[in-house]
Amino acid sequence: MKLDRWVAVFFLLFSFLYGYGAVTYRLLPFERNMVFLPNTLPIGLAALGIILSFILLFAPKPQETEETDGDVLGTVDLRRFREYEFGRAFGLLAAMIVYALAIFPIGFVVSTTAFLIVSATVLGERRYVILVPVSLAGALIVWFLVQEVLGVFLRPWPIFLVS
Amino acid sequence: MLDGLLLGLGAALSFQNLLMVMAGVLIGTFIGMLPGLGPISIIAIMIPVAIKIGDPSAALILLAGVYYGAIFGGSTSSILINAPGVAGTVATSFDGYPMARQGKAGKALTIAAISSFAGGTIGALLLLTFAPALSSVAILFWSAEYFALMVVGLTAIAAFAGTGQVAKALMMTIFGVMLSTVGESSLFNAPRFTLGLLDLQSGLGFVTLAMALFALPEALFLVIDRKRGGEPGGDAQKIKDLRITAKEARTIAPVIGRQSLQGFFIGVLPGAGATIASFLGYAVERNIASADEQKEFGRGSIKGLAAPETANNAACTGSFVPLLTLGIPGSGTTAILLGALIALNVDPGPRLMIDRPEIFWSVIISMYIGNLILLVLNLPLIPYIAKLLAVPRNYLIPFILFFAMSGVYIGQNNATELLLLIGIGVFATIMRFADYPLAPLLIGFILGQMMEDNFGRAMRNADGLSFIWERPMTLGLLTLAVVLVFLPTWRAHRARRRPENVEQD
Repeated sequence: MKLDRWVAVFFLLFSFLYGYGAVTYRLLPFERNMVFLPNTLPIGLAALGIILSFILLFAPKPQETEETDGDVLGTVDLRRFREYEFGRAFGLLAAMIVYALAIFPIGFVVSTTAFLIVSATVLGERRYVILVPVSLAGALIVWFLVQEVLGVFLRPWPIFLVS
Repeated sequence: MLDGLLLGLGAALSFQNLLMVMAGVLIGTFIGMLPGLGPISIIAIMIPVAIKIGDPSAALILLAGVYYGAIFGGSTSSILINAPGVAGTVATSFDGYPMARQGKAGKALTIAAISSFAGGTIGALLLLTFAPALSSVAILFWSAEYFALMVVGLTAIAAFAGTGQVAKALMMTIFGVMLSTVGESSLFNAPRFTLGLLDLQSGLGFVTLAMALFALPEALFLVIDRKRGGEPGGDAQKIKDLRITAKEARTIAPVIGRQSLQGFFIGVLPGAGATIASFLGYAVERNIASADEQKEFGRGSIKGLAAPETANNAACTGSFVPLLTLGIPGSGTTAILLGALIALNVDPGPRLMIDRPEIFWSVIISMYIGNLILLVLNLPLIPYIAKLLAVPRNYLIPFILFFAMSGVYIGQNNATELLLLIGIGVFATIMRFADYPLAPLLIGFILGQMMEDNFGRAMRNADGLSFIWERPMTLGLLTLAVVLVFLPTWRAHRARRRPENVEQD
């Protein structure tokens, strides 16, 4: 089964769960007699979702076309699947998750610099003489623009350094 | 109308707003050149800045400038290294890149700049003419019609999706609407579908969703697929001879004329937008060209370059018509702009022109000024602009990811939002692999909330569903929506029944 059919299975399960959530939604006492309920639209959506995912799951596969969609750039060439470098992508995702968890406790400047250095290393960069100052400068410039120019609070240093 | 025009001229020509246009165009051009950051991502990055400005017209002017700049910047990287940074400029690379390889990069960039300018300018004039008319029709709209209009907007996306993509586009739209029901809503008293998570109480952030759907997958794709970014350097260096001859000007003038009109009206349709306008523009010009000229297409034809460039800028302007007059975003980009407007306490729609004429008109005027500045700034900058493309991907990708994440984190200081960003980003990447379009999801998410609000209000007013058949305009619009859903399927069905005679060129 191809990936897009698996996605259809995902949508089917999601629509069922969403529909279950909608049907079992607990209405407030005074809401019961109203025409339009909080779960009116969700129940409809779930039904449409289930119908569409069945269509996606069982409809015959149409001819390949070259057209691309709205604002999304280009398409994926699945024939070159084996050339794709997934290892690096997973490395980057791991770095992003660590960054997301670290940004609050250790502050914006420190975590951002570390994130930029680590993710460039994952991509194969080894010239740390250039990389470290560029990362630090990037983090500091953004912090300066956000905090000092725009006035949005962004704690730069670890939480224990600033009371 | 003249009063409004003067009001807008006064507002747009204020020092602050001129500065905004210039800043927006410059930022858009430079970031738009980077592969992976299309107008959607750039505008999403700029939204916290725009909201911070506070003044809605200045903010919208800034974002409109960014939008234009990004489209032009995308053309630059399409032409120089065959790496379209923006989907709307993919067609530009068909003939622009061959020109650059023949050592005519300077000429190609000049044609791109002039065509963009002409397309945007004629688009702005058309906007000036047609927007008020469309707006006065729109004032007749009640909640019921609005609901129907939202349904049309949502289904139009599917109608313009490629063959075999209709069901996928519809599924993504519905998924987007489902996501929009998470959290609190203005109609009800309790949050829905939060799974007990406090962070979902206020719903998903649309910047988070926009970043996760566009910037993140693109950056991941640049990592996964080494060939995607194109090779920096190479032929890009040969930028000389910017001038075009009088003969060339005569050749492209009719193309620019036709494509400005066509691009604008495609842009007006919800769901179409710059990408489709540029592909259609290219296709139409190729079909009506003489046999000799047709052979040139794909090998460095100036017509083939001018057509998509004119059309995409005209369509960008056109897509502001439904946004400003009806409050319906025609594309993912205008959907983000709509979100920004709502965050700035502006309610786009038919009342905008009456309640806040200064916003309405100054945006239109500043579009024209933005085009002018785009031309004036970019012609002399063309040789230098190319240098930015030499940023190595080992630096480019980490910075794209960093910008995407800081765009979500700044102002909220909420790590859960970042984890959501990563999770949805991975989901979106899988969707790209499975060939599911992502723009409908975002449009569904943004229109979904408004659709439910209007649906609820219409149902409460009519005490049931009777408004559907009692109000002719609602019925008409909903019928249109049904037609839009089934038309592509019917057409595909008919094409399958007699496949042979269509294929011949």
